[in-house]
Amino acid sequence: MTKGKKFLAYAFLTVVSVISVFPLYWMMVAATNKSVDVSRGTLIFGTALFDNVKKLFASQNVATALGNSFKYSIIMTFISLLVCSIAGYGFEVFHDKAKDRVMSVILLAMMVPFAATMIPLYRMFSSARLLNSTLGFILPTISTPFLIMMFRQSARSFPSDIMEAARLDGLSEFQIFYRMFLPTMRSTYAAAMTITFMSAWNSYLWPKVIMSDANSITMPMLVANLTEGYVTDYGILMLAVLVCTIPTVIVFFLLQRSFAEGITGAVK
Amino acid sequence: MGNSKKKLSLGQKQSLAGWIFLTPAVILIAIMSFLPMIQALFLSFQTGIGAAMKWTGGTNYVRMFKDPVFVQALKNNFIYLIIQVPIMLISALVLASLLNNKDLRFKGLFRTAIFLPCATSLVSYAVIFRSLFAVDGLVNIVLIKLGILSTGYNFLGHPNSARIVIILALIWRWTGYNMVFYLSGLQNIEYSVYEAAKIDGASPFQSFFRITIPLLKPTILLTAIMSTNGTLQLFDESVNLTNGGPANATITMSHYIYNVSFKYVPNFGYAASMSYLILILVAVLAFIQLKVGDKRD
Repeated sequence: MTKGKKFLAYAFLTVVSVISVFPLYWMMVAATNKSVDVSRGTLIFGTALFDNVKKLFASQNVATALGNSFKYSIIMTFISLLVCSIAGYGFEVFHDKAKDRVMSVILLAMMVPFAATMIPLYRMFSSARLLNSTLGFILPTISTPFLIMMFRQSARSFPSDIMEAARLDGLSEFQIFYRMFLPTMRSTYAAAMTITFMSAWNSYLWPKVIMSDANSITMPMLVANLTEGYVTDYGILMLAVLVCTIPTVIVFFLLQRSFAEGITGAVK
Repeated sequence: MGNSKKKLSLGQKQSLAGWIFLTPAVILIAIMSFLPMIQALFLSFQTGIGAAMKWTGGTNYVRMFKDPVFVQALKNNFIYLIIQVPIMLISALVLASLLNNKDLRFKGLFRTAIFLPCATSLVSYAVIFRSLFAVDGLVNIVLIKLGILSTGYNFLGHPNSARIVIILALIWRWTGYNMVFYLSGLQNIEYSVYEAAKIDGASPFQSFFRITIPLLKPTILLTAIMSTNGTLQLFDESVNLTNGGPANATITMSHYIYNVSFKYVPNFGYAASMSYLILILVAVLAFIQLKVGDKRD
């Protein structure tokens, strides 16, 4: 690369990076300022953070929404990883014609838009009394074709001689999965964890459908509710957005490297 | 040897273990995706409120094309699809091939910055963009200071500018996501291929079009199908950025289906028939993309 071209590349990447980060920077700035100052276009951190925190917690049930979001997302991530990794492993390691056919049918479920299943699911869940419950939140998306496919791909690289040796040692099939496969597939699990936690935390349509009780709402629902009034207090609103964003950003930074590795496995 | 009849052979035993391993996931998908999909099909030929449903044949399907709001929603989804998806995928591809360059420094920093928008929830970024483009929002303040506008422009109050804001927001949120897919795809291409091309006198443009794009074809196909699927199902942005307005000008199909099911007097039959149109569109477009993508050239 010549110097001129290199400079252009850096300039372009810098501009794109700034555009990518700026709205998030502005969100943090707004969360620490009074609404009037935000409307005046301030771009520096203010001193109204504690004031905004007080007002937000006084007007909205943030603790409940935050607690719910953590509860739903953590339970969902745990069960989803368990169910999908066992299935992906089963599809790959014990594959035969019948199982391959089942897998291709399952992949079709990826194409089913959520709007098409939402109404029957709502009717099913309301007659099973699952509205406003954790189980109701997680059931529709515990098992996803995407995660099964990811674990199936990664099981492909699991050496079969390890399995043979383990079988000779008298380990059961489940023990082989639990003691051999699980520890060696850390990066796939980390990627799956990132994807599942984020999509559970961020999900909005399904909770909006089934969580009618104020005590069951999630953090994104609380943020959305804040915008419904006639007068918007930008400081408080952006603080709520910040609170809603921090957990996913932390997960993202903790697992970023393994996420990229895991995706590489899925794309191969 | 009397036991051998009762005991399963090793192969059968393993096959059975496999079935046990995949059963929970398969049952869940069957009950949570395929069963409701079939129920929605039956529902789409019925009409009525709550439990009092009656069969009406195909009237729901005729009705949706006479429903101005639904036709607008259908148009909107296609406007977002046709404008946003190509811009986003091409930018992601360009960024990924820039970041795949061995001579460039600070790649980790750039990658993290560009991928960061993906860590924000859909509701959050919709609310951020709504605030930035408000009449008293930062974008208007900057435009007034630059002398381009004299008073704040109501971006979200006019159909076309509101659609543009939604498209900009979508590009901001998803470009980095697709870039990561391309970056991992590029890692599978040996760097020496590029060096050999360079020695043979290929320009960066030539190696982009002759090496990168053909070798990334499977990944491009995957991201194109995922984005098409996602765009046809847009919901959070329509609800939280523009609330479908002004006067339903930016509403998406999923948003309208939600309103028909849960906001207005619930009409599950009609909503189900509209959701089936999305299902058909997703399937048809994925089929076309697979056909086009599979062509050998």
